[in-house]
Amino acid sequence: MPHSNKSYGWTGKILLIDLCTQKYEVIRPEENIYKSFLGGRGLCSYYMREIKNLMPSEIPLLFFPGALTGTKIPFAVKTIISSISPLTKTFFTSAVGGFFGWHLRKAGWDGIIITGKSQNQIGLTVKDENVSFFDCNDLKNKKASDIFHKLKPEGSAAITSIAADNGVAFSNIIIDKYFFAGRGGLGLVMANKGLKAIEVYGSCDIAVHDSENLSKGIEDSMRLVSASPSLMGELGFTEFGTSALYDLIFSRNIMPAKNFAGRSFPEAEHLNAWNFKNKYPWEKTGCPNCPILCKRISSEGLLPEYNSMAHFSSLIDNRDIDIVMEANRLCNETGMDTISAASAIACYRELKYKDHSIDIIQLLKEIAFASGEGKLLIKGSSEFSKKLSSPESSMNVKGLDLPAFDPRGAYGFSLAYATSTRGGCYLQAYPLSHEILRKPIATDRFSFEGKARITKLNEDMNAAMDSLGLCRFSVNAFGLEECAKLLNAVTGEDFTAGDLMNCGERIFYNERIINYTLGFDSKDDDLPERFFESENAINRDDFLKARANYYLIRGLSPEGKPLETKTRELKLKWLE
Amino acid sequence: MAGVKEKYLQKLISQRLCNSTDPLVGFLDADLQWNRESDKTEILSQVVNSLGVSAIIYSIPREPYKSMIKYLASYEEKDFLKPEDTETRTFLHDIPIAQNLNVGELTQKLKKRKGLVLKDGSVIAQGAIGVEQAFVTFSSICFSLFVKFMCDFYYHRKNLMKMEGEVEEIAKKAIKCYEDHLLPFDKMPQSPYPFEKEDDAIAAIIEAGSLTVESGLVDSFFGNISCLFENTIYISQTGSSLDELEGYIDPCPIDNSKTNAITASSEFSTHRAIYLKKKFNAILHGHPKFSVIYSMLCDKINCPNRGKCHISCSDRRFMKDVPIVTGEVGRGKNTLLQTVPEYISGRGVIVFGHGVFTAGGSGFYEIFRNLLEIEKEALWAYKDLVF
Repeated sequence: MPHSNKSYGWTGKILLIDLCTQKYEVIRPEENIYKSFLGGRGLCSYYMREIKNLMPSEIPLLFFPGALTGTKIPFAVKTIISSISPLTKTFFTSAVGGFFGWHLRKAGWDGIIITGKSQNQIGLTVKDENVSFFDCNDLKNKKASDIFHKLKPEGSAAITSIAADNGVAFSNIIIDKYFFAGRGGLGLVMANKGLKAIEVYGSCDIAVHDSENLSKGIEDSMRLVSASPSLMGELGFTEFGTSALYDLIFSRNIMPAKNFAGRSFPEAEHLNAWNFKNKYPWEKTGCPNCPILCKRISSEGLLPEYNSMAHFSSLIDNRDIDIVMEANRLCNETGMDTISAASAIACYRELKYKDHSIDIIQLLKEIAFASGEGKLLIKGSSEFSKKLSSPESSMNVKGLDLPAFDPRGAYGFSLAYATSTRGGCYLQAYPLSHEILRKPIATDRFSFEGKARITKLNEDMNAAMDSLGLCRFSVNAFGLEECAKLLNAVTGEDFTAGDLMNCGERIFYNERIINYTLGFDSKDDDLPERFFESENAINRDDFLKARANYYLIRGLSPEGKPLETKTRELKLKWLE
Repeated sequence: MAGVKEKYLQKLISQRLCNSTDPLVGFLDADLQWNRESDKTEILSQVVNSLGVSAIIYSIPREPYKSMIKYLASYEEKDFLKPEDTETRTFLHDIPIAQNLNVGELTQKLKKRKGLVLKDGSVIAQGAIGVEQAFVTFSSICFSLFVKFMCDFYYHRKNLMKMEGEVEEIAKKAIKCYEDHLLPFDKMPQSPYPFEKEDDAIAAIIEAGSLTVESGLVDSFFGNISCLFENTIYISQTGSSLDELEGYIDPCPIDNSKTNAITASSEFSTHRAIYLKKKFNAILHGHPKFSVIYSMLCDKINCPNRGKCHISCSDRRFMKDVPIVTGEVGRGKNTLLQTVPEYISGRGVIVFGHGVFTAGGSGFYEIFRNLLEIEKEALWAYKDLVF
């Protein structure tokens, strides 16, 4: 049954919740807002600025599925969750899979904006048009699987777990048990609002303008997916999840070891995907309509993804496959970001134990419960290293711990980390695709030539993809040319790939403006000193030149600040 | 980046896609730079700026492409061309036709597609993140439209479709151009076999890949190559140039105990299945034009599978002794993984609208020779059909 009283594709309604009063309003955005910001990440940045203008002290929490989320399009599953990060202090977006956005859109909502704070731990239920609240005081300090067992959501649920209850700055929001909105500590934002859980259930279909063209568009896209070795190859993500990257990244000498002190980890071949598969026989699972199903589950729990595997082995010099598995399970159950948790341990080892072995599992438990030595690490490696007057030992950009790709082995990552609006993150510029996976073409990973523009273009493209709700893996197969066809079939609009790029540029710049208002500029768009001083170091002059080119191409000042002319050219509001 | 610009300019020339004085190659990093001055760069610069892409190639292609493209673009009633080969179906979707070098029209069409052709026969290809991407698109357009013209000409000769104008002259010219390069080619792989060490296997791959391009059988991005040595498959990486394979060969244990092959050719699964099924130790796959064309010729105009022959053709078809099989690129339903390992034997197998796989048990000499022979025989068979 299609929704009534709405246009094709978009539902035309956003839910605005005030947790103080437990009341809600319905926002009905004008058409041009949808056309300019699409959905997902785009609408997050739009409404973040709107709310901050109206209520400067408010830290809202936003849940926005992409414009294509909830349709039958493969990879169109993502919900973007957004706020101001307690870890990085930047505007932060986290794309998460599972059924949450799927149900939210089918319930007739293009997003939820949560403001205010509840005095008690409460839950929110959105069932089609109906909105209600429920008591969650008994869920404090419960592990994730127990909370899901207790809730038994009819559709989908987003929860926080033990780490968020105890103030861990890198705590996740957990969706449907196996999907994590990670990295920026959005779980802590949710916990600070007294919101423990959100349940959503939607029973309606997204109205599609042209089903025949949608099917053709899906067929074209799927042909490209089948031809992508990293996605559908027998050693690709469909068989091994992202753990398939472990051998490749190690063999390319890009996997960081010992808190980025080096890139040598001789035990790597014993901790690769093949060994995990043999030790923990798995089954595939994943998001609705996904042809890849990248998650793997065994009787011992979810298998670690690439970054978790690498950081819980090479980064902290752990050679025990069972500890990698247990550390990953513990983080998932307590709701901690695996990259930041491992990075905190790596930094702790370097500064306090001089690389001697420590009880990793015990320390992770202590972090999650903010007890013992773990209490030192709940604000992340950056704060910890500053307290010990050794900020150089935290390998982060803007407070966000770096993932398991050493930029000395692929220079595109250095620009990606420096310019991402999230901090040390590769997913916005996604150099993994062209520097490692050779899509859409291979680029020279030891050169900055052309990388400034590639970084900018990929950031724009991925901002558009995130706003459509498409999984990042999709860019290993298709691009905005195929996306435009899909979006037009769903909405009846007439977007071109170029139009979507323009939307992406607008969305990224808007995020850059928000970060500028939060005090970020070129001094923050930088890498840890270690990358410029060590063996096979990146030439700092080359990096700075590439970053200056990036600012020029992005339309920023030489100090990385937004410009009024560019802001108005992109039809964005200039700073008041 | 001037080096990259120059590199692909030279590839356009060496692979006989363009004459040396014709191509305009623009690359934008902080500034837009061109390989030479031209009165067209102002318009093309506006197009690049409007699109926000990194690179663009504009050129009248060399003959016979120029005449073929000009013909197809002139007589097509729609504003796009839709060849039915795998290259178009998978990557290009269709090829827009622009009337002339007008900023508005070019921008509008290139916002939707990777490249286009103009009525005068010239080709424009864009690269979102680099010149290489534009080169691949330029090369793909030339290939796909060569294949389309020759297929159309066959149906014209069979009175199954009507082509106006001097099509016979163009077809004859195209065949002559192709023959002039391919037929005299007499180099063969010289790498010793059997391989004694890993380096020998890699060197043999590099040599055979390079010869496959030099012979004119394929343009550099159209194919993949592997060999099996001591339980490891050495295979060209996805998107690599067959004539530049040094450093771009992935060693992949045949038992899949390492996942390095995540960057291997999209046909890795097919190569591996062939090695597991048959006693072969080397495989060469390319997209030579007349093998592709021949595989697409079928007089059953009213066949219910028409339009989806590449996955649904139920006839057992051959080019002489070489089977022609169905299958999409990659792995999954209706892919060539289900057909090629099953049917490959003797000299090789042709995949409908896609290309040729040859495989053997004694290194690359034999399978390179087979690829060359199959293509020559497909060319002669085509000539017999149309003249």
